[in-house]
Amino acid sequence: MLIALDFWAVLAEWPLLLKGIAWTLGLTAVSAVLGLLVGVACAWARTDGPPWLGWPAAVYVELIRNTPFIVQLFFIFFGLPAMGLRLSPEVASIIAMVVNLGAYSGEIVRAGISATPRGQIEAGLSLALSRVQTFRHVLLPPALRRVWPSLVSQLIIVMLGSAVCGQISTEELSYAANLIQSRNFRGFEANLIAGAIYLLLALALRALLNWLGPRFLFGEHRRHA
Amino acid sequence: MLEFSLWDILRNLLLAGRWTIVLSLIAFVGGGVVAMILLIARTARWRGAPTFVAGYVQVFQGTPLLIQLFLAYFGVALLGVETSAWTAASVALTLYTSAYLTEIWQGCVRAVPKGQWEAAQSLALDFREQLRYVVLPQAGRLAIAPTVGFMVQVIKGTALASVIGFVELTKTGTMITNATFKPFLVYSCVGLMYFILCFPVSYYARTLERKLHVKH
Repeated sequence: MLIALDFWAVLAEWPLLLKGIAWTLGLTAVSAVLGLLVGVACAWARTDGPPWLGWPAAVYVELIRNTPFIVQLFFIFFGLPAMGLRLSPEVASIIAMVVNLGAYSGEIVRAGISATPRGQIEAGLSLALSRVQTFRHVLLPPALRRVWPSLVSQLIIVMLGSAVCGQISTEELSYAANLIQSRNFRGFEANLIAGAIYLLLALALRALLNWLGPRFLFGEHRRHA
Repeated sequence: MLEFSLWDILRNLLLAGRWTIVLSLIAFVGGGVVAMILLIARTARWRGAPTFVAGYVQVFQGTPLLIQLFLAYFGVALLGVETSAWTAASVALTLYTSAYLTEIWQGCVRAVPKGQWEAAQSLALDFREQLRYVVLPQAGRLAIAPTVGFMVQVIKGTALASVIGFVELTKTGTMITNATFKPFLVYSCVGLMYFILCFPVSYYARTLERKLHVKH
């Protein structure tokens, strides 16, 4: 038995791979920002928001966390048009990723918030901050700092999960690998290279987020100033 | 033309749900065995084992499960074995599960205080006995909740096996959609079935976690 691997046949298609990487990063960036916003809103609804908002947020979180991403994606892309809402693959992918990340990050941020002592809320309110201001300036920053490692891991999971979006022909990295494979039948090599690229992206994303979080999200730099 | 009633759809999905469950169990049991071997190798510090296991975990947690499934699918074919979706999905999901479980369990072993190891050593237990009678029982107690929680991850992971042609819940959903042109209804039912499978497990994991915290 002789296994002949031909990686050059795959690497020769580098423009496709590059385009795939760009799409993967773009999808991840957009859905990371929007998804974290949804997550924070969700955490707010479940901890500090009006009671009537609490249980719909809880239902949303449980529904998303207990169903596979691919089913959520198919539901949005194939299911919603039947209700009259037609979406392009890219838009459907972003919506699915945002909805997915929103639920997971909502749960993570909520854990961070409930670990904050009640006295801090009272302190904020006694300084004549409104409830929303107290949430935004007193509760949220330390909560985000506390759970940032979990959020970083979740963002990486979302980036890797975006590979599934290729199934509805969003042209991200795994789609590129699939396309290359259909051109030269080097399925193993194409996916091995795609896997290696994902691994590098995951490592780079972790490093970037570990650097970014303290500087821009929860204001570590202000402490030193 | 054949008409599909709601009952037809549900019945076919329920039947397909069996394969989701079977595949989950294969992945969970197989992954558990591999994870335990990796855990022992790493804890016993066999030559090169800690580095190997760290790399193994990084690779499986740093790449999409979808790509791992494709690699298993094409890789098994390269080895000259006839590929079936069953083999490819079982292999990929077992390895994927093992990487996460070994990482979870390693954290639990680390959480056992060093003094326990030393006490066991001072009782002249050898490494195998230290692990078997002192460390693993304590680590095991810590490991139950996160392990059950990860089971949900595995069940959801099996949905991706549909992509390499494994006919489970998601794939059946797609096939029924193609026959009935009712994607909204069918994918709602598919989602609901995953929820019915996963929610009790994640609820149970949370209960276990709470119980454990109370005991401390």
